[in-house]
Amino acid sequence: MEVKITSENFKKEVLDSEIPVIIDFWAAWCRPCLMLGPIIAEIGEELEGQVKIGKINVDEEGYLANQFRISSIPTVMLFKDGKPASQVIGLLRKEDLLKRLGI
Amino acid sequence: MHDVIVIGGGPAGVSAAVYLKRFKLDVLILMKDEGTLAKTDHIENYYGFEKPITGSELFRRGIEQAKNMDITVKVEEVLNIDYFDTFTVKTTVGEHQGKTVLLATGASKVNLKVKGFHNFVGKGISYCAICDGFIYRNKRIGVLGTGDFMHEELEVLKNFSKDVTIFTNNEPLTVDVSGFPVVTEPLTGFEGEEVLEKITTADKVYPIDALFVAMGTPSAADFALRMGAFIEKNNIVVDHEYMTNIPGLFAAGDCIGGLLQIAKAVDDGAKASMAIHRYLRAKK
Ligand SMILES: Cc1cc2nc3c(=O)[nH]c(=O)nc-3n(C[C@H](O)[C@H](O)[C@H](O)COP(=O)(O)OP(=O)(O)OC[C@H]3O[C@@H](n4cnc5c(N)ncnc54)[C@H](O)[C@@H]3O)c2cc1C
Repeated sequence: MEVKITSENFKKEVLDSEIPVIIDFWAAWCRPCLMLGPIIAEIGEELEGQVKIGKINVDEEGYLANQFRISSIPTVMLFKDGKPASQVIGLLRKEDLLKRLGI
Repeated sequence: MHDVIVIGGGPAGVSAAVYLKRFKLDVLILMKDEGTLAKTDHIENYYGFEKPITGSELFRRGIEQAKNMDITVKVEEVLNIDYFDTFTVKTTVGEHQGKTVLLATGASKVNLKVKGFHNFVGKGISYCAICDGFIYRNKRIGVLGTGDFMHEELEVLKNFSKDVTIFTNNEPLTVDVSGFPVVTEPLTGFEGEEVLEKITTADKVYPIDALFVAMGTPSAADFALRMGAFIEKNNIVVDHEYMTNIPGLFAAGDCIGGLLQIAKAVDDGAKASMAIHRYLRAKK
Protein backbone atom coordinates (compact mmCIF):
# COMPACT_ATOMS: atom_id res chain seq x y z
CA MET A 1 0.00 0.00 0.00
CA GLU A 2 1.39 3.40 -1.00
CA VAL A 3 0.09 6.56 0.58
CA LYS A 4 0.70 10.06 -0.60
CA ILE A 5 1.84 11.97 2.48
CA THR A 6 1.06 15.64 2.89
CA SER A 7 1.42 17.95 5.89
CA GLU A 8 -2.34 17.43 6.45
CA ASN A 9 -2.28 13.64 6.74
CA PHE A 10 1.27 13.29 8.13
CA LYS A 11 0.17 12.83 11.73
CA LYS A 12 -2.54 10.31 10.95
CA GLU A 13 -0.63 8.26 8.37
CA VAL A 14 2.87 8.38 9.83
CA LEU A 15 2.99 9.42 13.47
CA ASP A 16 -0.12 7.45 14.46
CA SER A 17 0.53 4.46 12.22
CA GLU A 18 0.22 1.05 13.88
CA ILE A 19 2.92 -0.38 11.65
CA PRO A 20 6.34 1.02 10.62
CA VAL A 21 6.29 3.48 7.73
CA ILE A 22 8.91 3.76 4.99
CA ILE A 23 8.89 7.27 3.60
CA ASP A 24 10.29 8.01 0.18
CA PHE A 25 11.17 11.68 -0.32
CA TRP A 26 11.24 12.21 -4.06
CA ALA A 27 10.61 14.60 -6.96
CA ALA A 28 9.67 14.16 -10.58
CA TRP A 29 12.80 15.83 -11.94
CA CYS A 30 15.14 13.52 -10.04
CA ARG A 31 16.13 10.52 -12.16
CA PRO A 32 17.53 8.44 -9.30
CA CYS A 33 14.20 9.00 -7.51
CA LEU A 34 12.31 7.66 -10.49
CA MET A 35 14.54 4.56 -10.51
CA LEU A 36 13.97 4.09 -6.79
CA GLY A 37 10.17 4.32 -7.13
CA PRO A 38 9.60 0.75 -8.38
CA ILE A 39 12.03 -0.63 -5.78
CA ILE A 40 10.05 1.04 -3.00
CA ALA A 41 6.80 -0.27 -4.52
CA GLU A 42 8.25 -3.78 -4.56
CA ILE A 43 9.20 -3.53 -0.90
CA GLY A 44 5.65 -2.38 -0.17
CA GLU A 45 4.22 -5.45 -1.90
CA GLU A 46 6.59 -7.89 -0.29
CA LEU A 47 6.04 -6.52 3.20
CA GLU A 48 2.33 -5.88 2.76
CA GLY A 49 0.69 -5.57 6.16
CA GLN A 50 4.05 -5.23 7.93
CA VAL A 51 5.09 -1.80 6.66
CA LYS A 52 3.34 1.10 5.07
CA ILE A 53 4.87 3.04 2.20
CA GLY A 54 4.56 6.81 2.26
CA LYS A 55 5.56 9.03 -0.63
CA ILE A 56 6.49 12.66 -0.02
CA ASN A 57 6.95 14.85 -3.05
CA VAL A 58 9.48 17.45 -1.85
CA ASP A 59 8.35 19.76 -4.62
CA GLU A 60 4.82 19.96 -3.19
CA GLU A 61 5.62 19.35 0.46
CA GLY A 62 8.41 21.81 1.12
CA TYR A 63 7.33 22.11 4.74
CA LEU A 64 7.80 18.41 5.47
CA ALA A 65 11.05 18.27 3.50
CA ASN A 66 12.32 21.17 5.57
CA GLN A 67 11.16 19.73 8.83
CA PHE A 68 13.16 16.57 8.22
CA ARG A 69 16.08 18.55 6.83
CA ILE A 70 16.01 16.70 3.55
CA SER A 71 19.03 17.98 1.66
CA SER A 72 19.53 15.34 -0.99
CA ILE A 73 17.04 13.14 -2.79
CA PRO A 74 16.13 10.37 -2.91
CA THR A 75 16.06 10.10 0.87
CA VAL A 76 14.28 7.18 2.48
CA MET A 77 13.27 7.29 6.15
CA LEU A 78 11.90 4.56 8.35
CA PHE A 79 9.42 5.64 11.05
CA LYS A 80 8.68 3.31 13.94
CA ASP A 81 6.15 4.25 16.61
CA GLY A 82 5.99 7.72 15.18
CA LYS A 83 9.74 8.31 15.43
CA PRO A 84 12.44 8.33 12.76
CA ALA A 85 14.39 5.08 13.19
CA SER A 86 16.76 5.20 10.25
CA GLN A 87 17.53 7.17 7.12
CA VAL A 88 19.21 6.36 3.83
CA ILE A 89 20.29 8.82 1.17
CA GLY A 90 20.68 7.95 -2.50
CA LEU A 91 19.68 5.22 -4.90
CA LEU A 92 20.40 1.73 -3.63
CA ARG A 93 19.48 -1.76 -4.70
CA LYS A 94 16.60 -3.32 -2.79
CA GLU A 95 18.67 -5.62 -0.57
CA ASP A 96 21.11 -2.84 0.32
CA LEU A 97 18.30 -0.42 1.04
CA LEU A 98 16.53 -2.85 3.38
CA LYS A 99 19.77 -3.64 5.15
CA ARG A 100 20.68 0.01 5.62
CA LEU A 101 17.17 0.81 6.87
CA GLY A 102 17.48 -2.06 9.33
CA ILE A 103 14.49 -4.00 8.03
CA MET B 1 22.22 8.12 -34.75
CA HIS B 2 25.20 5.97 -33.75
CA ASP B 3 24.69 2.36 -32.73
CA VAL B 4 27.15 2.81 -29.89
CA ILE B 5 28.81 5.81 -28.31
CA VAL B 6 31.89 4.74 -26.39
CA ILE B 7 32.97 7.23 -23.74
CA GLY B 8 36.68 6.75 -23.12
CA GLY B 9 39.66 6.09 -25.36
CA GLY B 10 41.61 3.83 -23.00
CA PRO B 11 42.05 0.04 -23.08
CA ALA B 12 38.40 -0.74 -22.26
CA GLY B 13 36.86 1.74 -24.70
CA VAL B 14 39.13 1.03 -27.65
CA SER B 15 38.99 -2.73 -27.18
CA ALA B 16 35.19 -2.58 -27.21
CA ALA B 17 35.14 -0.25 -30.23
CA VAL B 18 37.40 -2.55 -32.26
CA TYR B 19 35.05 -5.50 -31.76
CA LEU B 20 31.96 -3.38 -32.30
CA LYS B 21 33.38 -2.18 -35.60
CA ARG B 22 33.93 -5.77 -36.66
CA PHE B 23 30.25 -6.40 -36.00
CA LYS B 24 29.72 -3.64 -38.59
CA LEU B 25 28.17 -1.34 -36.04
CA ASP B 26 28.38 2.43 -36.24
CA VAL B 27 30.61 3.32 -33.30
CA LEU B 28 31.87 6.67 -32.08
CA ILE B 29 34.61 7.09 -29.49
CA LEU B 30 34.52 10.24 -27.39
CA MET B 31 37.46 10.88 -25.14
CA LYS B 32 39.08 13.64 -23.22
CA ASP B 33 42.70 12.61 -22.88
CA GLU B 34 45.07 9.73 -22.15
CA GLY B 35 43.25 8.86 -18.94
CA THR B 36 44.92 6.57 -16.41
CA LEU B 37 47.58 5.44 -18.88
CA ALA B 38 49.16 8.90 -18.71
CA LYS B 39 50.16 8.12 -15.14
CA THR B 40 52.56 5.27 -15.88
CA ASP B 41 55.65 5.05 -18.05
CA HIS B 42 56.53 1.48 -17.28
CA ILE B 43 54.10 -1.27 -18.24
CA GLU B 44 55.72 -4.67 -18.30
CA ASN B 45 52.92 -7.04 -17.40
CA TYR B 46 50.73 -6.70 -20.47
CA TYR B 47 50.80 -9.45 -23.06
CA GLY B 48 52.99 -9.17 -26.14
CA PHE B 49 55.51 -6.45 -25.33
CA GLU B 50 59.01 -7.82 -24.99
CA LYS B 51 60.22 -4.57 -23.47
CA PRO B 52 58.29 -2.30 -21.04
CA ILE B 53 56.10 0.24 -22.82
CA THR B 54 54.98 3.64 -21.56
CA GLY B 55 51.31 4.30 -20.88
CA SER B 56 51.29 7.18 -23.36
CA GLU B 57 52.70 5.01 -26.10
CA LEU B 58 50.22 2.21 -25.45
CA PHE B 59 47.41 4.74 -25.48
CA ARG B 60 48.65 6.26 -28.76
CA ARG B 61 48.80 2.83 -30.40
CA GLY B 62 45.28 2.00 -29.26
CA ILE B 63 43.88 5.18 -30.79
CA GLU B 64 45.85 4.64 -34.02
CA GLN B 65 44.53 1.10 -34.20
CA ALA B 66 40.96 2.37 -33.88
CA LYS B 67 41.48 5.07 -36.48
CA ASN B 68 43.05 2.60 -38.89
CA MET B 69 39.85 0.59 -38.66
CA ASP B 70 37.86 3.68 -39.63
CA ILE B 71 36.43 4.18 -36.18
CA THR B 72 35.61 7.83 -35.57
CA VAL B 73 37.50 9.16 -32.56
CA LYS B 74 36.63 12.61 -31.27
CA VAL B 75 38.48 14.47 -28.57
CA GLU B 76 35.55 15.91 -26.64
CA GLU B 77 34.86 15.94 -22.93
CA VAL B 78 31.46 14.47 -22.13
CA LEU B 79 29.50 16.64 -19.71
CA ASN B 80 26.12 14.99 -19.52
CA ILE B 81 24.14 12.02 -20.79
CA ASP B 82 20.40 12.17 -21.18
CA TYR B 83 18.17 9.32 -22.20
CA PHE B 84 14.68 8.69 -23.31
CA ASP B 85 14.67 5.48 -25.37
CA THR B 86 17.91 6.65 -26.97
CA PHE B 87 20.87 8.53 -25.53
CA THR B 88 21.92 12.13 -26.03
CA VAL B 89 25.53 12.70 -25.10
CA LYS B 90 26.41 16.32 -24.49
CA THR B 91 30.05 17.32 -24.81
CA THR B 92 32.15 20.46 -24.67
CA VAL B 93 31.70 20.66 -28.45
CA GLY B 94 28.15 19.54 -29.17
CA GLU B 95 25.69 16.67 -28.93
CA HIS B 96 25.72 13.10 -30.19
CA GLN B 97 22.87 10.60 -30.39
CA GLY B 98 23.32 6.91 -29.72
CA LYS B 99 21.17 3.80 -29.41
CA THR B 100 23.51 2.59 -26.68
CA VAL B 101 26.32 4.06 -24.59
CA LEU B 102 29.37 2.33 -23.18
CA LEU B 103 30.96 4.03 -20.19
CA ALA B 104 34.72 3.35 -20.23
CA THR B 105 35.91 6.42 -18.39
CA GLY B 106 38.37 4.76 -16.04
CA ALA B 107 38.35 4.83 -12.25
CA SER B 108 36.44 7.60 -10.55
CA LYS B 109 38.66 10.13 -8.90
CA VAL B 110 39.20 10.35 -5.19
CA ASN B 111 37.27 12.73 -3.06
CA LEU B 112 38.24 16.03 -1.59
CA LYS B 113 40.53 15.69 1.40
CA VAL B 114 39.28 18.55 3.51
CA LYS B 115 38.28 18.33 7.17
CA GLY B 116 34.58 17.60 7.64
CA PHE B 117 33.90 16.85 3.99
CA HIS B 118 32.57 13.34 4.48
CA ASN B 119 30.36 14.34 7.40
CA PHE B 120 28.29 16.59 5.19
CA VAL B 121 27.85 14.51 2.06
CA GLY B 122 24.07 14.28 1.73
CA LYS B 123 23.75 16.96 4.41
CA GLY B 124 24.49 19.97 2.28
CA ILE B 125 27.24 18.57 0.10
CA SER B 126 25.78 17.20 -3.11
CA TYR B 127 27.13 15.69 -6.30
CA CYS B 128 24.10 16.44 -8.44
CA ALA B 129 22.63 19.88 -9.14
CA ILE B 130 19.71 18.57 -11.16
CA CYS B 131 18.70 16.27 -8.26
CA ASP B 132 19.19 18.56 -5.28
CA GLY B 133 19.40 22.13 -6.59
CA PHE B 134 15.69 22.74 -6.13
CA ILE B 135 15.92 21.96 -2.42
CA TYR B 136 18.19 24.99 -2.05
CA ARG B 137 16.13 27.51 -3.96
CA ASN B 138 16.90 31.03 -2.80
CA LYS B 139 19.54 29.72 -0.42
CA ARG B 140 23.30 30.29 -0.38
CA ILE B 141 24.79 27.84 -2.83
CA GLY B 142 28.43 27.02 -3.51
CA VAL B 143 29.79 25.06 -6.43
CA LEU B 144 33.21 23.49 -6.29
CA GLY B 145 35.16 23.12 -9.52
CA THR B 146 37.11 24.92 -12.20
CA GLY B 147 36.11 23.75 -15.67
CA ASP B 148 33.28 22.83 -18.01
CA PHE B 149 31.77 20.33 -15.59
CA MET B 150 31.50 23.03 -12.92
CA HIS B 151 30.02 25.40 -15.51
CA GLU B 152 27.42 22.78 -16.44
CA GLU B 153 26.32 22.53 -12.81
CA LEU B 154 26.40 26.31 -12.46
CA GLU B 155 23.96 26.63 -15.37
CA VAL B 156 21.51 24.45 -13.44
CA LEU B 157 22.07 26.08 -10.05
CA LYS B 158 21.69 29.68 -11.17
CA ASN B 159 18.01 28.94 -11.87
CA PHE B 160 17.45 28.15 -8.22
CA SER B 161 19.29 30.92 -6.45
CA LYS B 162 20.85 34.30 -7.09
CA ASP B 163 23.41 33.62 -4.39
CA VAL B 164 25.88 31.23 -6.03
CA THR B 165 29.59 31.30 -5.20
CA ILE B 166 32.29 29.36 -7.03
CA PHE B 167 35.02 27.68 -5.00
CA THR B 168 38.11 26.55 -6.92
CA ASN B 169 40.15 25.23 -3.98
CA ASN B 170 43.42 26.72 -5.17
CA GLU B 171 43.07 25.58 -8.81
CA PRO B 172 42.96 27.96 -11.77
CA LEU B 173 39.58 28.59 -13.41
CA THR B 174 39.39 27.46 -17.04
CA VAL B 175 35.91 28.77 -17.87
CA ASP B 176 34.29 32.18 -17.86
CA VAL B 177 32.05 32.71 -14.85
CA SER B 178 31.75 36.47 -14.89
CA GLY B 179 28.93 37.71 -12.70
CA PHE B 180 29.55 35.13 -9.99
CA PRO B 181 31.77 35.57 -6.94
CA VAL B 182 34.81 33.30 -7.02
CA VAL B 183 36.77 32.06 -4.00
CA THR B 184 40.15 30.68 -5.05
CA GLU B 185 41.74 30.10 -1.64
CA PRO B 186 42.33 26.50 -0.56
CA LEU B 187 39.48 25.12 1.55
CA THR B 188 40.34 24.12 5.09
CA GLY B 189 37.10 22.83 6.55
CA PHE B 190 33.35 22.18 6.42
CA GLU B 191 31.32 23.03 9.50
CA GLY B 192 27.77 22.91 10.77
CA GLU B 193 25.59 21.57 13.56
CA GLU B 194 23.54 18.97 11.76
CA VAL B 195 23.86 20.14 8.19
CA LEU B 196 26.46 22.18 6.35
CA GLU B 197 26.54 25.81 7.50
CA LYS B 198 29.93 27.14 6.56
CA ILE B 199 33.05 26.60 4.55
CA THR B 200 36.36 27.82 5.92
CA THR B 201 39.63 28.84 4.32
CA ALA B 202 42.85 29.79 6.12
CA ASP B 203 41.55 33.20 7.14
CA LYS B 204 37.89 33.42 6.09
CA VAL B 205 34.54 31.84 6.87
CA TYR B 206 31.90 31.52 4.15
CA PRO B 207 28.33 30.89 5.37
CA ILE B 208 26.73 28.45 2.92
CA ASP B 209 23.68 26.15 2.77
CA ALA B 210 24.85 23.78 0.08
CA LEU B 211 27.98 22.91 -1.85
CA PHE B 212 27.77 21.14 -5.19
CA VAL B 213 30.90 19.23 -6.10
CA ALA B 214 31.90 19.30 -9.78
CA MET B 215 35.66 19.01 -9.83
CA GLY B 216 37.63 18.09 -12.92
CA THR B 217 35.97 15.91 -15.52
CA PRO B 218 32.71 14.09 -14.83
CA SER B 219 33.34 10.41 -14.18
CA ALA B 220 31.17 7.40 -14.95
CA ALA B 221 29.85 7.66 -11.39
CA ASP B 222 28.81 11.27 -12.00
CA PHE B 223 26.86 10.22 -15.10
CA ALA B 224 25.35 7.21 -13.33
CA LEU B 225 24.21 9.35 -10.42
CA ARG B 226 22.35 11.77 -12.69
CA MET B 227 20.82 8.99 -14.76
CA GLY B 228 19.77 6.79 -11.85
CA ALA B 229 22.17 3.90 -12.45
CA PHE B 230 23.32 1.90 -9.46
CA ILE B 231 26.71 2.76 -8.00
CA GLU B 232 28.53 0.84 -5.30
CA LYS B 233 31.62 2.30 -3.65
CA ASN B 234 32.01 4.64 -6.62
CA ASN B 235 31.94 1.73 -9.10
CA ILE B 236 29.21 1.34 -11.69
CA VAL B 237 27.11 -1.74 -11.02
CA VAL B 238 26.64 -3.93 -14.12
CA ASP B 239 25.06 -7.33 -14.70
CA HIS B 240 26.81 -10.29 -16.38
CA GLU B 241 26.12 -8.59 -19.73
CA TYR B 242 27.97 -5.44 -18.63
CA MET B 243 24.69 -3.55 -18.65
CA THR B 244 23.61 -1.17 -15.90
CA ASN B 245 20.02 -1.07 -14.64
CA ILE B 246 19.33 1.41 -17.45
CA PRO B 247 18.60 -0.48 -20.68
CA GLY B 248 21.24 0.32 -23.29
CA LEU B 249 23.73 1.83 -20.84
CA PHE B 250 26.80 -0.39 -20.52
CA ALA B 251 30.07 0.02 -18.61
CA ALA B 252 33.53 -1.58 -18.78
CA GLY B 253 37.07 -1.22 -17.45
CA ASP B 254 38.24 0.45 -14.26
CA CYS B 255 34.89 2.24 -13.81
CA ILE B 256 33.18 -1.02 -12.86
CA GLY B 257 35.87 -1.94 -10.34
CA GLY B 258 37.54 -5.31 -9.88
CA LEU B 259 41.16 -5.76 -10.97
CA LEU B 260 42.40 -2.35 -12.04
CA GLN B 261 44.69 -3.55 -14.82
CA ILE B 262 44.90 -3.19 -18.57
CA ALA B 263 44.33 -6.90 -19.20
CA LYS B 264 41.03 -6.78 -17.34
CA ALA B 265 39.96 -3.53 -19.02
CA VAL B 266 40.60 -5.09 -22.45
CA ASP B 267 38.69 -8.22 -21.41
CA ASP B 268 35.76 -6.10 -20.19
CA GLY B 269 35.74 -4.16 -23.45
CA ALA B 270 35.64 -7.30 -25.56
CA LYS B 271 32.86 -8.89 -23.52
CA ALA B 272 30.84 -5.69 -23.36
CA SER B 273 31.01 -5.42 -27.15
CA MET B 274 29.51 -8.91 -27.50
CA ALA B 275 26.75 -7.98 -25.10
CA ILE B 276 26.01 -4.70 -26.89
CA HIS B 277 25.89 -6.55 -30.20
CA ARG B 278 23.36 -9.02 -28.77
CA TYR B 279 21.34 -6.19 -27.21
CA LEU B 280 21.08 -4.25 -30.47
CA ARG B 281 20.21 -7.37 -32.43
CA ALA B 282 17.43 -8.26 -30.01
CA LYS B 283 16.04 -4.74 -30.16
CA LYS B 284 15.61 -4.76 -33.93
C1 LIG C 1 50.47 4.70 -11.69
C2 LIG C 1 49.72 3.61 -12.40
C3 LIG C 1 50.43 2.54 -12.94
C4 LIG C 1 49.76 1.50 -13.59
N1 LIG C 1 50.48 0.47 -14.10
C5 LIG C 1 49.86 -0.55 -14.72
C6 LIG C 1 50.59 -1.67 -15.25
O1 LIG C 1 51.82 -1.71 -15.16
N2 LIG C 1 49.90 -2.67 -15.84
C7 LIG C 1 48.53 -2.66 -15.95
O2 LIG C 1 47.97 -3.59 -16.51
N3 LIG C 1 47.81 -1.60 -15.47
C8 LIG C 1 48.42 -0.58 -14.85
N4 LIG C 1 47.68 0.48 -14.34
C9 LIG C 1 46.20 0.44 -14.47
C10 LIG C 1 45.71 0.80 -15.87
O3 LIG C 1 46.25 2.06 -16.25
C11 LIG C 1 44.19 0.83 -15.90
O4 LIG C 1 43.68 -0.37 -15.37
C12 LIG C 1 43.63 1.01 -17.31
O5 LIG C 1 44.16 2.17 -17.92
C13 LIG C 1 42.10 1.09 -17.28
O6 LIG C 1 41.59 1.28 -18.55
P1 LIG C 1 40.18 1.99 -18.82
O7 LIG C 1 39.99 1.95 -20.28
O8 LIG C 1 39.16 1.38 -17.94
O9 LIG C 1 40.36 3.48 -18.30
P2 LIG C 1 41.42 4.62 -18.67
O10 LIG C 1 42.66 4.01 -19.19
O11 LIG C 1 41.53 5.49 -17.49
O12 LIG C 1 40.73 5.42 -19.85
C14 LIG C 1 39.66 6.28 -19.59
C15 LIG C 1 39.35 7.10 -20.82
O13 LIG C 1 38.12 7.79 -20.59
C16 LIG C 1 38.28 9.16 -20.89
N5 LIG C 1 37.30 9.95 -20.11
C17 LIG C 1 37.09 9.97 -18.78
N6 LIG C 1 36.08 10.83 -18.46
C18 LIG C 1 35.67 11.35 -19.64
C19 LIG C 1 34.66 12.30 -19.98
N7 LIG C 1 33.87 12.90 -19.07
N8 LIG C 1 34.52 12.62 -21.30
C20 LIG C 1 35.29 12.04 -22.25
N9 LIG C 1 36.26 11.13 -21.98
C21 LIG C 1 36.43 10.80 -20.69
C22 LIG C 1 39.72 9.45 -20.56
O14 LIG C 1 40.12 10.64 -21.20
C23 LIG C 1 40.38 8.18 -21.13
O15 LIG C 1 40.52 8.29 -22.53
C24 LIG C 1 48.34 1.53 -13.69
C25 LIG C 1 47.63 2.62 -13.18
C26 LIG C 1 48.29 3.64 -12.52
C27 LIG C 1 47.51 4.78 -11.96
